[in-house]
Amino acid sequence: MITWTIRRLFQACFVVLAMTVIVFVGVHVIGNPVDILISPEADQAERARIIASMGLDQPLWRQYAYFLYDALHGNLGRSFVFNEPALKLIAQRMPATLELAITAVLFSMLFGVPLGLYAGLKPDGLFGRTIMAGSILGFSLPSFWVGLMLIMVFAVQLGWLPSTGRGQTETLFGVPWSFLTWDGLRHMLMPAVNLSLFNISLVLRLTRAGVRETLPMDFVKFARAKGLSPQRVIFVHVLKNIMIPVVTVLGLELGSTIAFAVVTESVFAWPGMGKLIIDSINVLDRPVIVAYLMMIVLLFITINLVVDILYMVLDPRVRLERKS
Amino acid sequence: MMPTFRSLTGLMLSLAICQTSGVARAQTLSIASSAPVTSIDPHYHTLAPNESFSAHVYERLVARDASGAMIPALALSWKLRDEKTWEFKLRDAKFHDGTPFTAEDVAYTLNRVPRVKNSPASYSIYTKAVTSSEVVDPHTILLHTDTAYPLLPTDLGSVAIISHKLGADPATEDFNSGKNAIGTGPYRFISYKPGDRIELERFDGYWGEKPHWKQVIYRMLTNDASRTAALLAGDVGIIEFVPPTDLPSLRKDARVTLAEVVSNRSIFLWLDHSHEAGTPNVTGPNGEVLEKNPLLDHRVRLALSLAINRAGIVDRVMEGAAIPTDQYLRPGSFSYVPDLPPHPYDPEKAKALLAEAGFPKGLKVTINGPNDRYVNDAKIIQAVAQMWQRIGVQTTVEAMPWNNYVSRAGKQEFSVFLLGWGVGSGEGLNPLRAQIATWNPTRGLGTANRGRYSNPAVDTLIDQAMGTMDDGAREKIIQKAMKLAMDDVPVIQLHLQKNIWATRKGLVYEPRVTEETLAMGVREAK
Repeated sequence: MITWTIRRLFQACFVVLAMTVIVFVGVHVIGNPVDILISPEADQAERARIIASMGLDQPLWRQYAYFLYDALHGNLGRSFVFNEPALKLIAQRMPATLELAITAVLFSMLFGVPLGLYAGLKPDGLFGRTIMAGSILGFSLPSFWVGLMLIMVFAVQLGWLPSTGRGQTETLFGVPWSFLTWDGLRHMLMPAVNLSLFNISLVLRLTRAGVRETLPMDFVKFARAKGLSPQRVIFVHVLKNIMIPVVTVLGLELGSTIAFAVVTESVFAWPGMGKLIIDSINVLDRPVIVAYLMMIVLLFITINLVVDILYMVLDPRVRLERKS
Repeated sequence: MMPTFRSLTGLMLSLAICQTSGVARAQTLSIASSAPVTSIDPHYHTLAPNESFSAHVYERLVARDASGAMIPALALSWKLRDEKTWEFKLRDAKFHDGTPFTAEDVAYTLNRVPRVKNSPASYSIYTKAVTSSEVVDPHTILLHTDTAYPLLPTDLGSVAIISHKLGADPATEDFNSGKNAIGTGPYRFISYKPGDRIELERFDGYWGEKPHWKQVIYRMLTNDASRTAALLAGDVGIIEFVPPTDLPSLRKDARVTLAEVVSNRSIFLWLDHSHEAGTPNVTGPNGEVLEKNPLLDHRVRLALSLAINRAGIVDRVMEGAAIPTDQYLRPGSFSYVPDLPPHPYDPEKAKALLAEAGFPKGLKVTINGPNDRYVNDAKIIQAVAQMWQRIGVQTTVEAMPWNNYVSRAGKQEFSVFLLGWGVGSGEGLNPLRAQIATWNPTRGLGTANRGRYSNPAVDTLIDQAMGTMDDGAREKIIQKAMKLAMDDVPVIQLHLQKNIWATRKGLVYEPRVTEETLAMGVREAK
């Protein structure tokens, strides 16, 4: 267990390091941030002064060495655009993205599992078929289009929900959250639904496939023969067995929902990290890009770890393997 | 079960009531801006969205009215003491913290601007002409320059005045937190959520006309479609930079009112003058390398310009949100040249000119352009490419993201490439000095001359205009220089964009040439 954890950590460090190198080289190849940020009216001397003040006149390897030195001292640099520490900027935007992504993943559990269960138990019924057909739409419709349609219907035509933005926030543990206010929830509903559509379809299909696979198995037949109630057979024996792939996928999806909520965030003007990273890439704000991607890599590594631990909780077989 | 449910709905209801009773709706205006404000510090980053926001909180010595003309703001009047000394008379005004505005604050601001730490685009370009300042009395200040500099009042129109009470070197972060966000403007700063919104409240001690709206929520809605949707849903009162694709439907929509005005932002194609031979993206009709850069031939440049149907681009690509032009400024601006109409669409003459220049079989050209910068940028170059095909110039189009494009354009890697130029100062010396003047790093001229055009006769006129303090005489020289330059076709001018705002029915906005969206300009329709 300990060697396994150490190996994991070592791998993680290597991935982070490789990622920073890629970002440094990539940004350097794309262009010079000063050309984008500077006033077009500024003269050549002013341009040279700004390039020097940002350290961009140094050779790339030296810029990278400075970055590594600072990073080891806990400083990931200041944003070229905002003149604030990159980590602070990301931390400011993180609660908005986190609450959106977690709500979306909750939605996908709340809707995906029951619908998938139903479709698996009654695969030939009209409702079961409708669910499956609907899930194809959830997979294939582009989320920016669905987002705009949601806005057009529920905000513009019906006027039930606010069109864009984050609602009022309430502070909890020193962090502003919008899910604590009614206004915040109203603002969050559409973006969360939009973000969860893909995941609902995914979970639904996984659950259905699992149910179809498990039902004919011997232990289910045995449980039935034993005279257990149908509810107990389905909710304890079947559901518990199909949850392992669902949890794995959802764990990974939580990571990518956090990291790539950018489309939904920009359609709904949700002030999260996704919008920050896209804006930063547009102006080649390297410190923010590096800090953000480092955080995302760490996030994925952590989620994978948690998923592995959850396996052990859910599946006795994994526990036994580890022990032997 | 029931009691819990009831208390829950009760809670929700009470929350909903808190929500709506908090503010009187009619007193609040939500503005949707199209790009994020990057800082509350008015001296940190010369960026249009920052200036649009900061005009609510801070004021300059000189301001611009909706038509772009200079009007007094914190300065009551200004005049020349001698060639190198300007005298500004200041008005009685109050900062948001109650302290009076004095000449001390002007001197302090001029001193602070070049010292902002880590500024990626400093305002010092507007203050560097001032070598020293001299406070005469609380309402008079003298500004000294090295040489005669007629553009000083224009330049100072970009410099927001802050209070000298902020002490030595106030930090940008303290502006963002609100601690230092103290100006003399009609609105007080309340809060800033980066990438989301800025909240403002009317400042009752303001010296000028009180704005109509007590509270202003300045929201950043960068996605074009969502911005339009937010307006249609009634979540915001006014949106800026209405996307042209939405124009036809919005013009018919009874829920909104449009306000539009021709801006001082022109869109044009740069032609490479930097390569004597082998300009990168122009070859002979069969792809053969040309000994001489054909773009150095006036006839070729003129032919390419005459082959463009500007009215067609304005009508079909821009949906009417532009007017054809052959100069940087809109009609009516200071130093606009009346006898410089847009080039007519004349493909026959274009073909003849190409043949005369030695290219009867045409040329092979690649047009480069950004695809995420100007309104319909990629579509414009596609349209131009099709028009050039008709005169026998085989044209391909290569559009790319701005962050990659702008660095390459600055390194002369393209031959024909699309760019735009907004003349913030609203007069002709600005584009002449930045775009047309010969590239000269030591004198700071031709800074945006990406095609490296050079014309000594025009350079002489520009120098002459810079030394002419009399406005009328200077205007004549600028017009002469602009006419001389543009007749030589250094760039192919296409059109001047229109600035378009849309408001909810019942609100009107006075459209501004200078692009800002100001709460002060939004009124209830009578």
